Amino acid sequence: MLEINNLKASIAGKTILKGVSLSIRQGEVHAIMGPNGSGKSTLASTLAGRDFVEVSEGTVSYMGMNLLGMTAEDRAKEGIFLGFQYPIEIPGVSMVNFMKAALNAKRKHHGLEPISASEFLRIMREKKELVEIDSKLANRSVNEGFSGGEKKKNEIFQMAMLEPKLAILDETDSGLDIDALRIVANGVNKLKRPDNSFIVITHYQRLLDYIVPDVVHVLYDGRIVKTAGRELALELESKGYDWIKKEVENNETA
Amino acid sequence: MNAISEAAVTEKYLKLYRDNIGKISRASSPYVNSLRKDAIGRFNELGIPSRNSEAYKYTGLVPFFDHNYGSYFLPAADDFRKAENFRCDVSDLDAHGLALINGYYPAVNDRLKQLPGGIWVGSINEAALKFPELIEKHYNKYVRSNDDGLVHLNTAMVSDGVFVYVPDGVRMNKPVQMVNLVDAGEDMFNQRRKLIIVGRNAELSLIICDHTLAPKKFLTNAVTEVYVGENARFDIIRVQNEHNASCKITHTFIHQERNSVTSSNNMTLHGGLVRNNTWHYLGGEHAETMSSGLFLADKFQHIDNCVSVEHAFPNCTSNQLFKGALDDMATGAFNGRILVRPQAQGTFAWQKNNNILLTSNARMDTKPHLEIFADDVKCSHGATVGQIDEEAMFYLRSRGIDKHEARQLLMFGFAHEVIQNIRIEPLRERMDSLVMQRLRGELSRCASCVVKCG
Repeated sequence: MLEINNLKASIAGKTILKGVSLSIRQGEVHAIMGPNGSGKSTLASTLAGRDFVEVSEGTVSYMGMNLLGMTAEDRAKEGIFLGFQYPIEIPGVSMVNFMKAALNAKRKHHGLEPISASEFLRIMREKKELVEIDSKLANRSVNEGFSGGEKKKNEIFQMAMLEPKLAILDETDSGLDIDALRIVANGVNKLKRPDNSFIVITHYQRLLDYIVPDVVHVLYDGRIVKTAGRELALELESKGYDWIKKEVENNETA
Repeated sequence: MNAISEAAVTEKYLKLYRDNIGKISRASSPYVNSLRKDAIGRFNELGIPSRNSEAYKYTGLVPFFDHNYGSYFLPAADDFRKAENFRCDVSDLDAHGLALINGYYPAVNDRLKQLPGGIWVGSINEAALKFPELIEKHYNKYVRSNDDGLVHLNTAMVSDGVFVYVPDGVRMNKPVQMVNLVDAGEDMFNQRRKLIIVGRNAELSLIICDHTLAPKKFLTNAVTEVYVGENARFDIIRVQNEHNASCKITHTFIHQERNSVTSSNNMTLHGGLVRNNTWHYLGGEHAETMSSGLFLADKFQHIDNCVSVEHAFPNCTSNQLFKGALDDMATGAFNGRILVRPQAQGTFAWQKNNNILLTSNARMDTKPHLEIFADDVKCSHGATVGQIDEEAMFYLRSRGIDKHEARQLLMFGFAHEVIQNIRIEPLRERMDSLVMQRLRGELSRCASCVVKCG
């Protein structure tokens, strides 16, 4: 589904990704962990198509397409979803108008008619229940006045509405209490299907108690320095990141 | 603009007065006529507002006034047929609809009538016969000391206007909607006048919709005086939708008594040059007002809102919220004055003006203007001029919404903050959809007009 090959990218002239390679197949959940400043969010931004990221080298192939040549909106229409670390408040734009615009953009891209009002309301209702989001949140302006936890739940709700093929969740767990964390994780688990994939970016292993990854990667200093099964996450939890840093430094000096 | 040409333009209107005052006076009531001499004297002193004055620093009117208009002083019976045929298409809006042509009330044979619910609507001259004490008490009273020459030009030359009177205790459950149609076969200078009296414990919502019908150059100078009695409620919403060759200047004076609550909302969707002067006088304890406005301008349009709130008594509250979006080469201005008199302790006054510039050629000048002479006062003001929020743009795009539509959604959200203050729900929904159409470029002019013209 996704093939990242030797990806190098910079922000404002500073090189952050220094050659990331990663391969994700349909139906897999990959966790990307790593200490602060290692490039996790930059990787998510690059995949989602943020303009401020400059790719200098490498390729990203998504469902056989050259992802880096696509606009952010086209990536979304083709099934990529970014769950934001800091979701944006948009006063005056209702969740209903926002989601309708997003769904219809995708439908148009795939040659479908705009969704009918009744069908749209039915889907809204169904997905609200699925992700256990408060009905009232969906009637308000996008994220306006939402608490941190509500914003993250709203990200999962949007993901449920848009049914992406590849969802990238950028530190969705940060700032969540244990109940919110469970709701977010349950949402992901319910939406998981054999034909879609997830990249879960997280700093802590906590989220991975609820979302069980197939593969865990450690990103450090712009490179993936370790890839293993879910046991790696547990090891990181007990030992921290220092041993990884040491290992990398030893390899470099050797 | 130099002083010589301003004086010349002022002289042109003084001549217009001299040439026509006989004809105008014959059609008007003695009381209205009795004010003309002083008024033209004041206009002569003050002249057409110049950019040298602080109040008109960003809005040059002289080019609009220096043009040979056919002038419209008296209504003709023929004009009213169009007005009678006009129907507003806001079908869910349950309102008493009145169509005015060039500022005149059309019911020729029924010049002052009582609507169901008990309010009186009609011609000012007719009201001067039926309610002389009201006209003498209120007409021209709230504008007399104003230092804008155009207000006095209006008093000097207007032949008639619209009178609305809500007697004490009458609460209108339906809004009154006035549709102002501007129509003429030639370029036209037109003056309008309104006097609105809302009695004690009375309530009125007034919607004023401005449309230009013919594709001619129009210059409109409109004065509205509103008296709001004790414990009364008054809301005025203007929907301005005129074409690019129109120049519209409005002066709205709202005088409030004790415990009264008012709101004013100027929604400028389209217009060549629009200048709205809104004056609020809080003339009794515990009076409250909310003054707001939204303007969307593009091409070479210019929209200027000048607001003044005067706190003359203790414990009054005022809010100002004005938002504008300027595209292409459009320019805008906002001047928000808060004046707190020494005796007005316990004042709460708040002001906000946010603007978005969509191109690097658009321009906005914004100026808060606070004069506070009391000590127990809570005042705040804030003005911003910025661009579309790029973070919000990316958020929408990351959900598959293309740039163009994302921009429209964000603009709509920006505008909605003002629209949501409209208390009449069908009108609020209508404004949302008009603003959306405007942002999509589908609203060229007179979108809701069935009189197909031009």
